[in-house]
Amino acid sequence: MEKFKKLQSAAIPLPIEEVDTDQIIPARFLKATTREGFGDNLFRDWRYGADGSPRQDFILNNPIYGGQILVAGRNFGCGSSREHAAWALYDFGFRVVVSSFFADIFRGNALNNGLLPVQVSESFLAAIFSAIEADPKASFLVDLEAQLFTIQATGQSEGFDIDPYKKTCMLNGYDDIDFLLNMREKIEAFEQKNS
Amino acid sequence: MGKTLFDKIWDAHVAHPVEGGMDVFYIDRHFIHEVTSPQAFDGLRQRNIPVFRPEKTIATADHNVPTRDQHLPIQEALSRFQVDKLTENCEAFGVRLYGLGHPYQGIVHVIGPELGLTQPGMTIVCGDSHTSTHGAFGCIAFGIGTSQVEQVLATQCLLQKKPKRMRITVEGVLPAGVLSKDIILYIISQLSASGGTGHFVEYAGSAIHSLSMEARMTICNMSIEMGARGGLIAPDEKAIEYVRGREFAPQGKAFEEAAARWRTLYSDEDAVFDTEYHFRAEDIEPMVTYGTNPGMGMGVSQSIPKPPSKGNAQTFMKSLDYMGFQPGQKLVGRAVNYVFIGSCTNSRIEDLRLAAAFVKGKKKANNVYAMIVPGSKQVEKQAKAEGLDQVFREAGFDFREPGCSACLGMNEDKVPKGEYCVSTSNRNFEGRQGPGARTILASPLTAAAAAVAGKIVDVRQGLQEAP
Ligand code: SF4
Repeated sequence: MEKFKKLQSAAIPLPIEEVDTDQIIPARFLKATTREGFGDNLFRDWRYGADGSPRQDFILNNPIYGGQILVAGRNFGCGSSREHAAWALYDFGFRVVVSSFFADIFRGNALNNGLLPVQVSESFLAAIFSAIEADPKASFLVDLEAQLFTIQATGQSEGFDIDPYKKTCMLNGYDDIDFLLNMREKIEAFEQKNS
Repeated sequence: MGKTLFDKIWDAHVAHPVEGGMDVFYIDRHFIHEVTSPQAFDGLRQRNIPVFRPEKTIATADHNVPTRDQHLPIQEALSRFQVDKLTENCEAFGVRLYGLGHPYQGIVHVIGPELGLTQPGMTIVCGDSHTSTHGAFGCIAFGIGTSQVEQVLATQCLLQKKPKRMRITVEGVLPAGVLSKDIILYIISQLSASGGTGHFVEYAGSAIHSLSMEARMTICNMSIEMGARGGLIAPDEKAIEYVRGREFAPQGKAFEEAAARWRTLYSDEDAVFDTEYHFRAEDIEPMVTYGTNPGMGMGVSQSIPKPPSKGNAQTFMKSLDYMGFQPGQKLVGRAVNYVFIGSCTNSRIEDLRLAAAFVKGKKKANNVYAMIVPGSKQVEKQAKAEGLDQVFREAGFDFREPGCSACLGMNEDKVPKGEYCVSTSNRNFEGRQGPGARTILASPLTAAAAAVAGKIVDVRQGLQEAP
């Protein structure tokens, strides 16, 4: 997993609530057996028409907006457990997703793939959307060490929570699996005791 | 202070507590399928490590498989590739596979319980969010991502933080025509699609315990649709009897010993939950959804609500636009051209019996294409033994072979753009059943009735008119 410490970037606004994993990556694109390439079909049915042509009204097709931060409405990532949703966002180039609320499995999947979920208050989320509305190129600073998200144009910032263990993983690029593999003896002892 | 059922099972599975609140959490049963496992096996290959406890993982092919001519090679190249990959991985890593053609093949959450692989008190995971289904037996069962599939393959454990506990109690007697699917759609409509986030839910109360095991599975199945990690129900004698005698259940003396343990699995009277809700069975009607998340449901006699004053009215209207509905409308009487009875929510033998009993001697409406997809090979076999397939065929329904099918439209079973489908599955997300498809979630009874009437009907009316 890639390390994440700090990111300064513009952001892409998606002010829709309950964005589910079937929107992020529709099931019919889950047929690949590797982790790469899902970015092409990120938000497929919002991004492209039935004939495959880009939909001009969808934000990812608007060249004014860019950056590695996606800002979305509450309950982002609800629905299926498909990690492909996190892979697609990452593969497309996002490193941070901001919302006022994340679905549990999505949050876990994102963290396992170097995609940082930043949960902020409804009012701060609204402030971020306003900042982008005022200037599509507005820049934001995500500081994982300090657990702080800053709207640079106004200087407003808000702290965000992250599990301390997960924070260490993100900062150092560690996977859970490395940790668990080191626990093998403890796991075997547990099995012995319970057999 | 007493313990909740959830805490009893959780605490018994902490292999090692990690500082900072995470636990190394031991998994008893791991189910895998073709879509969310290939990258996990590749991870093992890259690390050059084996599957740690291969006997605890069971694989099946379900998400991507065709539901016709399963004896023939899969036509669609990418699906075939994925299913072949699963076979190859299972062979290479020594994992038991119930693939296409195997008498035990089926939707992963249908086969676990029917084979007795799902037993009270277990911890169960699968790379699929509806793993919560197994909670009906008093298990901690939840969906995981592919990275976690790899972790379980490699260590039989996950790093987990204990979620909060919620209890939802439903007391009373269900009105005629109201099924367990209606209970859960009702609960989600009350709590919203995110109302359970961060929680594990215990379902309790007389209305829940009056249900059959299969009906309980329908309830636990949809826990994820209110954002909960999972749902579970304390195992009672009904649960124990359901497990008895099944292929992989303990047998003889071992079963009696296990059953004695299972009888200790309940929430103590003084156990405290972080959140509690109470509902009355009598308040529940047959439910239908009108929007694009499972929280947007209503009693079939109700009208679509107005956009919420607080919260995002824009999201609400976007959802209604997609569905082609207006606030204030009723759905009863609306024509629908597709009906899907299947998925891990409602494809068990009882669901098929219920639908068949309604359909028997009737014909589907001319405008409707109706499809029955049994949840597993065993369900299919049983349905045939009881002649249900005949009943469906005579009524003009298409009786298919097992798989996830139109629940997620990964195979060719899709609902065309703009068409309405009354579906017994669990998600009415945009495009879930195919690009542009409009899904109305309902019980198998409401779905069967819609197929016959060619429109949405209140099944209670038919029940009253019957002599
Ligand atoms: S039937 Fe649908 S919800 Fe159930 S496991 Fe298959 S795809 Fe998932």
